[in-house]
Amino acid sequence: MINFGFSINKPRVIDLNRNNLNKSKEVIKEMPELQACIGCGSCTATCTAGNLTEFNFRKVHTLVRRGEYQGAYEEMNKCMLCGKCRLVCPRGINTRGVVMLIKRKLGDF
Amino acid sequence: MKRNSWTDYQKDIADDHYYYARSCIRQNFFPGSEKAFLNILSKDLERDIFDDPLHTSCTGIGYHSDVVPLETIMTVVARQFALMNDAGYENFTSSCITSFGIYTELLATWEEFPETEEKTRENLYKATGREFKKPKNLAHTSDIIFHHREAIAQKAKRKLVNVYTGEPLKVVEHIGCHYAKIFPKSGIGGSEFPYVLAGMVESWGGELVDYSERRHCCGFGFRNYLVQANRGYSISNSHRKLESMAPYKPDFIVCNCPGCSMFLDKWQYTIAEMDGTIYGQNGAGIPVLTYEEMAGLVLGYDPWELGMQMHQVDVEPLLDKMGVEYDPSAKYLGKNGKYMGRPDKAVVNSYSCNDARYFIKR
Amino acid sequence: MKHIIVIGGGVAGMQCAAELAAHNFKVTLLEKDSDMGGKIRGWHKLFPTFTPADEVLSGLRLKLAQAQNITIMTGSKAVEISSTKVALASGKELECDAVVIATGYTLFDARIKEEYGYGIYDNVITSADLEEMFNKGDVRMKDGSTPRRIAILHCVGSRDEKVCQRHCSKVCCVTGVKQAIELKQLYPAADVFNFYMDIRMFGPGYEEMYREAQQTYNVHFVRGRISEVSPNIDKRLQIKAEDTLTGRPLRMGVDMLVLLTGMRANDDNSHFAANSNLRCQPSGFMQPRDSFLHNTESNVEGIFYAGAITAPKNVGEALNDGATAALRVKAWLESKK
Repeated sequence: MINFGFSINKPRVIDLNRNNLNKSKEVIKEMPELQACIGCGSCTATCTAGNLTEFNFRKVHTLVRRGEYQGAYEEMNKCMLCGKCRLVCPRGINTRGVVMLIKRKLGDF
Repeated sequence: MKRNSWTDYQKDIADDHYYYARSCIRQNFFPGSEKAFLNILSKDLERDIFDDPLHTSCTGIGYHSDVVPLETIMTVVARQFALMNDAGYENFTSSCITSFGIYTELLATWEEFPETEEKTRENLYKATGREFKKPKNLAHTSDIIFHHREAIAQKAKRKLVNVYTGEPLKVVEHIGCHYAKIFPKSGIGGSEFPYVLAGMVESWGGELVDYSERRHCCGFGFRNYLVQANRGYSISNSHRKLESMAPYKPDFIVCNCPGCSMFLDKWQYTIAEMDGTIYGQNGAGIPVLTYEEMAGLVLGYDPWELGMQMHQVDVEPLLDKMGVEYDPSAKYLGKNGKYMGRPDKAVVNSYSCNDARYFIKR
Repeated sequence: MKHIIVIGGGVAGMQCAAELAAHNFKVTLLEKDSDMGGKIRGWHKLFPTFTPADEVLSGLRLKLAQAQNITIMTGSKAVEISSTKVALASGKELECDAVVIATGYTLFDARIKEEYGYGIYDNVITSADLEEMFNKGDVRMKDGSTPRRIAILHCVGSRDEKVCQRHCSKVCCVTGVKQAIELKQLYPAADVFNFYMDIRMFGPGYEEMYREAQQTYNVHFVRGRISEVSPNIDKRLQIKAEDTLTGRPLRMGVDMLVLLTGMRANDDNSHFAANSNLRCQPSGFMQPRDSFLHNTESNVEGIFYAGAITAPKNVGEALNDGATAALRVKAWLESKK
């Protein structure tokens, strides 16, 4: 093995052919309303934790739905469960329930 | 593969009397290809082509790496045109895709912004005392081979066919980004389904592979490979292409861009040394050919005369498949017949002589 | 009896002709094809109620059949238009007292977006093709197998500077949602992905249908435009897009790709504009006299518009236009007395 002073970058692409979508399907099956998210971002805008950390609830649950589970559990741990996001969601999604569901499903990742 | 659009994207390609502009890097990496082009044009096709020792680099690499300003490159290009006028030619052809992109882009810029052309004329006159006329016809050298592909097919000594199985060779074509991605109209077949190399492969008996990353850039990217620490960008793109084409088991890759042929060849070496991955069969890499080498093999040129010993990925498995006669002991002899040394063993060329019937001769 | 010529036998033209006849005008309805109905003839069901298109069409046919004084001329293409005379491609000239232009729109030719490979890759189809498949009751891949994953791409030939179609075709979003639901009803196990730039649910019941597609039918919506389609080794179509809501590129193999082709202006609009002093909009659609109080009238006295000749419209709007234009013709002719 030769060290050339550079390496092959890992692809950033979300590859739905490679991703295992089973957990994602389970999440949606238990909470179909999550699919109704229109990505407005009001949950993240109002998020207590998200205003002080990198935590972005909208992005994390979208990634989980695409089968990108890496780090989702740790991210959801940043949620302070205050419930403000649920008050603002225009689609009436039980956002706190989503946090708990993803934590329950993805504890292993 | 179905390509409906190539007849829509046609361009005029001059039939004879070409002024030839060489590429900077091809002369180092594929030195036999440009010579082969000149030979094919003048000897096999009996066309008039002028290889002018006075012309310079178009400075495209410097331009794309932010060290040559736009005004400078316009003036350099204007000087090339002036030299073409002096030599009595009207049809300009460049061996390099970067240059071809530069020429098409600057001609379009002069068309859209006539004041830039005026300024260039002024700069050229001040710097060299020269004036210039724009070429009547501008084509890349692969366009010219494409234009003469049927004539070449008629003179062919062999086809792009596996002599052991009688099956057409599976060919991956890769088109340089600046061939048609700047102006789709400037390329045969446009930018999405370019036909310039595909047409040659089809005329000469090969079969094209359409794989999912066909249109992806090789990763050349100028400043991305010039700085060692940035080369990860470059190699990752070639890596992605190679990963995507490998399952189709292509017999070779053919490119029309100096950078692409270089990187798709040399990154195979690098990837193999980094993580041991070899993309071809039986421990051999996928040979990467220039279109002149492909045409040369079809016309019966000696592979060492075509400069194929300069490839990082050994071409012998391909030569064997095509039934090309060659002298293994002459591979590393220079033009003067002197031994010029041979490269160290490389993982990418770790095929064994006993692995396949193609290697019987070695 | 005043004679009105209605050009174009789509829904707007049929409605307008029937309404004019009901107001005691002598009407000639010109249709260039061999049959009435226009684009809707190819559609299966209409959003958002899933009403069979045929139901609307037979309603209109019945209305025309029951009307007095209507002459229907199929296979008749108008080539020159003035408020008192219409010349046909056959060379025939028809005298009249007013003209309603209801020639509609042209479907965008998806082959122009080469990167999607329509006409090159077998399982890339358009929304119009899919409607035809629904009509035949035969939605399958080219090799006869059942699609397991389907992508629907919005804005093909709409909102796209590259193909000179800057306008929004308006109805594609809701068509995409409708077709996604129909596909899920047909193949519940299949995954259906809609790739959109914005979701524009402008009509009554549309937003509700969108939500139903998401929540009840588990249709996936990805905000991002597909940039390129190519085949992969499994003979599936590989698509590339950005999942803009996560900020990452996204790639997947699909069995079928449906292109929601937009509505573009007819090629002969500019010809009519030049020869009859009518005004075109930058989009190529005809310019009504104004957008509010005279939106079914042209800038030329005695020439009226109905339907998608002035802008992309849904079936309901085209029908309203047809009826409105008829009333406008009547009011104009009465004002001339």
